Amino acid sequence: MSTHGFEAFADNLRNLPRTLKESIIRHGAVVSDRARSQAVFSNLFLHIHSTRIHLRTLSISATFGLGVAAISFFLILLATGVLLMVYYTPSTELAYNSMKDIHFVVPTGRLIRNIHRWAAHLMVIVVILHMCRVFYTASYKAPREFNWLLGMALFICTLALSFTGYLLPWDQLAFWAVTIGANIAASPRELTDALGITKVFDVGGFQKQLLLGANEVGQDALTRFYLLHVMVLPIALVLIVGVHFWRIRKDGGLGQPDANVTAAGKGAVDEPESGSDPASAPTKTYGLMCVVRDQSPATDQTPGDTVPAWPYLLRAELVVFMACMLVCVVLGMIADAPLKEMANPNVPENPAKAPWYFLGLQEMVSYSAFMGGLVIPAVAVVGLALIPYLDREPEPAGVYFSGALGKKVARQSLVFGIVAAVLAVAIPVNFGWLRNWFPGIPQLVIIFVNPGSLLTLAYAAWSLAVGKNTNSTRMGAIALFTCFLAGFVIMTYVGMNLRGPNWDFYWSEADWPVH
Amino acid sequence: MSDRLAPDPLPRRDFLGLAGLWTAGIAIVGSVLGMMRLPKPRVLPETARKFRIGRPEEYPVGSAQVVPGQQVLVLSEAGGIAAISMICTHLGCVVSKTPTGFICPCHGSAFGPEGRVLAGPAPSALRWLEVSQTVDGRLAVNADREVDPGTFFQA
Repeated sequence: MSTHGFEAFADNLRNLPRTLKESIIRHGAVVSDRARSQAVFSNLFLHIHSTRIHLRTLSISATFGLGVAAISFFLILLATGVLLMVYYTPSTELAYNSMKDIHFVVPTGRLIRNIHRWAAHLMVIVVILHMCRVFYTASYKAPREFNWLLGMALFICTLALSFTGYLLPWDQLAFWAVTIGANIAASPRELTDALGITKVFDVGGFQKQLLLGANEVGQDALTRFYLLHVMVLPIALVLIVGVHFWRIRKDGGLGQPDANVTAAGKGAVDEPESGSDPASAPTKTYGLMCVVRDQSPATDQTPGDTVPAWPYLLRAELVVFMACMLVCVVLGMIADAPLKEMANPNVPENPAKAPWYFLGLQEMVSYSAFMGGLVIPAVAVVGLALIPYLDREPEPAGVYFSGALGKKVARQSLVFGIVAAVLAVAIPVNFGWLRNWFPGIPQLVIIFVNPGSLLTLAYAAWSLAVGKNTNSTRMGAIALFTCFLAGFVIMTYVGMNLRGPNWDFYWSEADWPVH
Repeated sequence: MSDRLAPDPLPRRDFLGLAGLWTAGIAIVGSVLGMMRLPKPRVLPETARKFRIGRPEEYPVGSAQVVPGQQVLVLSEAGGIAAISMICTHLGCVVSKTPTGFICPCHGSAFGPEGRVLAGPAPSALRWLEVSQTVDGRLAVNADREVDPGTFFQA
């Protein structure tokens, strides 16, 4: 039966709500597991989930929801960040006043800014914890090596976003942080100066000019950091996060400790169901799974171990997201984000301290700018990035510390890492360092032989020894990661609580000299 | 067997395809490299940093005074007048004057009274800046021009 002319038009108009809905949502009413599965894989945003998930994915101790928490904080940061951009002006003359406006004049401005600041701090924390969880459960192993690399890239993006973010207010903290950061970028000059080749090969100066657009911190620097903070880095982070999520699915979802372990790198199933009839695929969930590497939930486990992603996984994610929102809002109402005095290029604060996550770095920089600010962080990042490629022992993902031996190694490495880091701080504090002992010592020696580089060497040696003694690269990796973690925590603590005016050592802030 | 059936080393169609692909690749890489030239300015937005510091009589022999609003210490000795930059050679914080020399608030570098490194992470001594005299007899310091440490200007 066909209708013509105006009748057809009236029919179409009557059916508009239904046809519009059907054009957007192609699956029918979500009443059965199958319909929910279809909803998940026919929706761009939901299809980052597999249609069915293993029950273990829902267990709290398997992930602690840290990855979801990280992306939740990022979403909160995006929303509050866009709101802050309504009033913020990236100009050296107006930035500070626009921050004052946001804080004291704009309706809800103070709360939004506080939430933005708390979400940023919490994101750094959960990203670090997420990395620890993935590492200690051996979830970086084949076929997940590349996702570990993406995770490292996201970690760096997170820190870069924090750094570019806290200098936008153009207060004292901001100004001196950019100054110090830009001079760290210029610190290869220490080496080229000592070798006398700065005139022909000035990589430090190049990096500094690229960052500041000038030789000194000014309007060009603020413009560049603003651009990085609101455009370049968030776009980079979103793109990498997209691939990160996609790889979780492609690499077989959350690692399963009871999955059959094949030789390293052989997670891929053999040529998947090449003979099966493609026409029958859409009705079979496992038909979708067959291109997934590693053991996918639907091919290797009984259906009793799996549940539909909708509603179980979506509900769990929503709970984590709501919890993150709650924490941010409560903290934002309790504690105000700091705003120091307006930037003053003539007088740095004393002590001039970076935010907590960079204080470990600041402690290292106080030994040598080039080693502590560039070389050691680079060595740490490259070392962490290489772990999945150097430790390829086949092993089930998902067991914390890979068993009793790993727990023991982690405990011993924690003790070693803490003792070595405490010594690296205590010896220079109590006895001075090379320049105090040999005033005429060549600068090259000062650069390379400092407590930070010795500490890094000690950690590397320790992890090699552990790997050799246990005859296991996994144990060596646990030793290295635990040492770096211990070093990071100790250095951060020292920078945060034990350093006072002129970066001198004080047991408590109460001992600081009064001006 | 005719030579038409002999295998071509590289079929014409493949050659044209590859040539097109390489041309596109080189064009894209070239444009990206060209665009990356933009963030590096040819002229830096800087003002001249030469400033007057007053008459020589204001700096009696034996004095060491910080020029207000500038990160420069003017040292006056029997040999003449010198200007020492108070910007730390480590990471660019402004050092403060102490009875024994200078100390940096950011990372604890300590310098002697003439800027020599005593302790801490600073890689080199504080810079000495060029001092000159303008036609009206006042002294001027040029923060863009470095001189060898120990160079005193005879007013």
